Amino acid sequence: MTTHGISVTVNGEQHDLTVRPRTLLVTALREELGYTGANVGCETGRCGACTVRENGETIKSCTRLAVQADGSEIETVEGLADDGDLSALQKQFQEQHGLQCGYCTPGMLMSADTFLREADDPSREEIREAIEGNLCRCTGYQNIVDAIEAAAEQSGEHR
Amino acid sequence: MSDADSSGESGADSGGAFGSAIERGEDVPLLTGSGDYTDDISLRGTTHLAIRRSDHAHARIERIDTSDAAAMDGVVAVYTGEDVVESGVPNTIPTAWDLPGLVQPQYRMLATDKVRHEGTAVAAVVAETPHVAHDALERIAVEYEPLEHVTDPVEAVERDVPPVHEEAADNVAFDFELGEEEATDEAFADADRVATVDLRQPRIIPNAMEPRAALADWEDATGKLRLWMTSQNPHLHRMLLSAGTLGLPENKIQVIAPEVGGGFGSKIYHYPDEAVTAWCSMQLGRPVKWQATRSESYLTDCHGRDHVTTGEIALDDDGTIRGVRVETHAGLGAQLSQFGTATPSYLYATVLSGQYAIPAIHCRVVGAFTNTTPVDAYRGAGRAEGIYVIERLVDAGARELEMDPAELRRRNLVPPDEFPYESAAALVYDSGEYERAMDLALEHVDYDDLRERQRELRDEDRYIGIGIGNFVESAGLSPSGLAGDLGAQAGGWESSIVRFDSTGSVTVLAGTADQGQGHRTTYAQIAAEELGVSVDDVDVVEGDTDRIPQGMGTYGSRSASVGGGSIARGAREVREKARRIAAHQLEASVDDIEFEDGEFRVAGAPDRSLHIQTIAHEAYLGHDLPEGMDPGLEETNFYDPENFTYPFGTHVAVVEVDPETGDIEIRRYVAVDDCGEIINPMIVEGQVHGGIAQGIGAALYEGAAYDDDEHLQTRRMDEYAVPHSTQLPDFETDSTVTPSPHNPLGVKGVGESATIAATPTIVSAVADALEPFGVDHLDMPITPESVWRATEGDR
Repeated sequence: MTTHGISVTVNGEQHDLTVRPRTLLVTALREELGYTGANVGCETGRCGACTVRENGETIKSCTRLAVQADGSEIETVEGLADDGDLSALQKQFQEQHGLQCGYCTPGMLMSADTFLREADDPSREEIREAIEGNLCRCTGYQNIVDAIEAAAEQSGEHR
Repeated sequence: MSDADSSGESGADSGGAFGSAIERGEDVPLLTGSGDYTDDISLRGTTHLAIRRSDHAHARIERIDTSDAAAMDGVVAVYTGEDVVESGVPNTIPTAWDLPGLVQPQYRMLATDKVRHEGTAVAAVVAETPHVAHDALERIAVEYEPLEHVTDPVEAVERDVPPVHEEAADNVAFDFELGEEEATDEAFADADRVATVDLRQPRIIPNAMEPRAALADWEDATGKLRLWMTSQNPHLHRMLLSAGTLGLPENKIQVIAPEVGGGFGSKIYHYPDEAVTAWCSMQLGRPVKWQATRSESYLTDCHGRDHVTTGEIALDDDGTIRGVRVETHAGLGAQLSQFGTATPSYLYATVLSGQYAIPAIHCRVVGAFTNTTPVDAYRGAGRAEGIYVIERLVDAGARELEMDPAELRRRNLVPPDEFPYESAAALVYDSGEYERAMDLALEHVDYDDLRERQRELRDEDRYIGIGIGNFVESAGLSPSGLAGDLGAQAGGWESSIVRFDSTGSVTVLAGTADQGQGHRTTYAQIAAEELGVSVDDVDVVEGDTDRIPQGMGTYGSRSASVGGGSIARGAREVREKARRIAAHQLEASVDDIEFEDGEFRVAGAPDRSLHIQTIAHEAYLGHDLPEGMDPGLEETNFYDPENFTYPFGTHVAVVEVDPETGDIEIRRYVAVDDCGEIINPMIVEGQVHGGIAQGIGAALYEGAAYDDDEHLQTRRMDEYAVPHSTQLPDFETDSTVTPSPHNPLGVKGVGESATIAATPTIVSAVADALEPFGVDHLDMPITPESVWRATEGDR
């Protein structure tokens, strides 16, 4: 069986691992490296539960091969909190009741966090568009939008 | 009568933890990726199961050759249905609801003779990795003799087709009737007008974001099975695995539901797959994990709804509703799932009175076997289908009478002084103030002004529609005796343990099972309120049958009222024991001990007091307890409510429809819900939001479809439209509070309400917008194409 040695940095920590050509990035993260925050919801890139960041851009890790991530900087939900303190965005998800079952939450947070790095005073419509690729079956999205909006306002105040 | 706390110390009144929008403690692991869903758990030596499924809807199995698959590197074992039969386990997926004359065909873990729907499990591969297991599926050769199939519930019984099961030659599983046929016929004969609707309620596929999964670990040395699984009701799964499929004693099965990524009904049922996972582990003596793919979920998770209905409403010219007559063909799928028979019968026909005083109701439901995925309860089960019918009928009646639909509703509402109200559809509603909720919802949209605006806009060729959805819901199925009389094979009670430890912290062990509803927070609020401690002092444990001995699980909006009721009762028992200890140690009469904020005080001597957490310590020391009292401070409670609860409310939607494009824009969505006392308003609002989203999904986007070649067309997320963020509006929510007299907390439940309300509300709004085009109804999901066709006169 052909295998490849790859090296990825996940949340600042470098990992060398051996994967098969067909191994998905999400599988490598979950099963080889133990980062189980990214979830598999649909395997087609539609639901976004597996969203992580690769070199600063959000990707759906269930439609990416692990070998494609060789040399990349990957960020997952496990890296969002700072020394055990929830990030402002995570805290807003809790305060605004932006999650119920939580299965979509890691991917939703990664999309929202990436969006907020660029977004300056986003409208609710812009927020809704930013998370369009992340399906949630529990919340109806409104509280998620509230959470992202509140986090955006907070970061605006800090500028 | 109510068993609300006679001491006046009920949590509902005292302004503490109960009623506060407390943030969820369970969120932190979910926000940081540290919460464990079933697939996140691995045991040393775990093997992986993949299941070969039928790609025929209806076929005889001629031969299965597993040799190529078994010879693959990394394959541990391959099993067929014959192997399961030979193992001697009971091998029966049971239905949990009997009906008179019900035909109950055998339902095995793996099919042996025929496949009856696409996705039927026919063989199982266990391998060292999931990839190998899935690869090996392709090497299993199955020879089929295809049979003619049927997917439509009306065709199934009316067309001459090979039966799904030989036992039911006409494909009728049951023929159910409710209400008084003769009285209804008389009401129709006497009434001034009759309006009719013909409608379909399509199949909904639940789409919990986490697909089903199981991890089984059989230990030969102890003869014990541990099974982690995506379960809404681990105790019910334990019972069904024990008596139905595996034949192990219940005390040799531990079912654990870790974090569960949504259910909406789909994780109630005992499916073949989780039983096969456990059975494989028993064969191999190794841990076995099965994780469904999304496409497997589409084929195997029980679908919801699937009704074809003709409904009639009889009215007098003044708007008085005289009677309702309904005939429904309900698709059950190829097998009877656990509540597949209850949902379209008792849970459906009994709510056909809605919020209205209707003297005569008659309903007939033909439950039909079809070559489709089994149908069972999906959020709002039965009640959603029934309320949809009555609300569409009321709208049809308003059109017939040329009366405002709000006015027709108002004239027929059950008035507040009529409760408890016994409807002609056999329910006794506990409490309700229907007009108050409806007025509030209509006020939110300035109803009269909005009607005026609607007329003005029509002159500009703009089409606004206003939809009103009045609902009443039967929640918390109970009591057990009644459930048994109606055919249930399980109780309607709930059990809990409330336990102080010696340091004064509290553990609540509950027999319900959360899938995102926030039980850990709401239950902690109930216990904290009753015991006078902080919410942070309370830990809530759910979802593990070895830690929580008994329970029934979470479905049918039962957790707050039945589960929460049990916790409140247990906590009150604990408090009373503590009161007796306090009286003893303070040398006072029990009757003279007052309780406030966790402190027991002697009446008239406020300096003589003991805190309940101090008493907890004393209870475990056991040094100085009243004579004859056992040490410890905990209670096990079994709570069997005296009746269902009946949440209700009114939702109003304002839509604008573009007849040129068929586009539907939801301009306003107002939800006024009355779920009785509110434990945590933030969580209640979250349940309402999610419920509306699923109702709008059903009304405008969702629906399973089978093509002419027997295949499910909607089997990927890009073929089945789970609504995304830009397809839903912001919702406006409000509430009234009418406590239920039927449980200790006055709560009613809210998990399903908004889904029940939203579908008729949205459909009504679209139909209202299209009134100038002569359109009075469109079936769900209402798409731009169906709107466009209807406005073009092509129905």
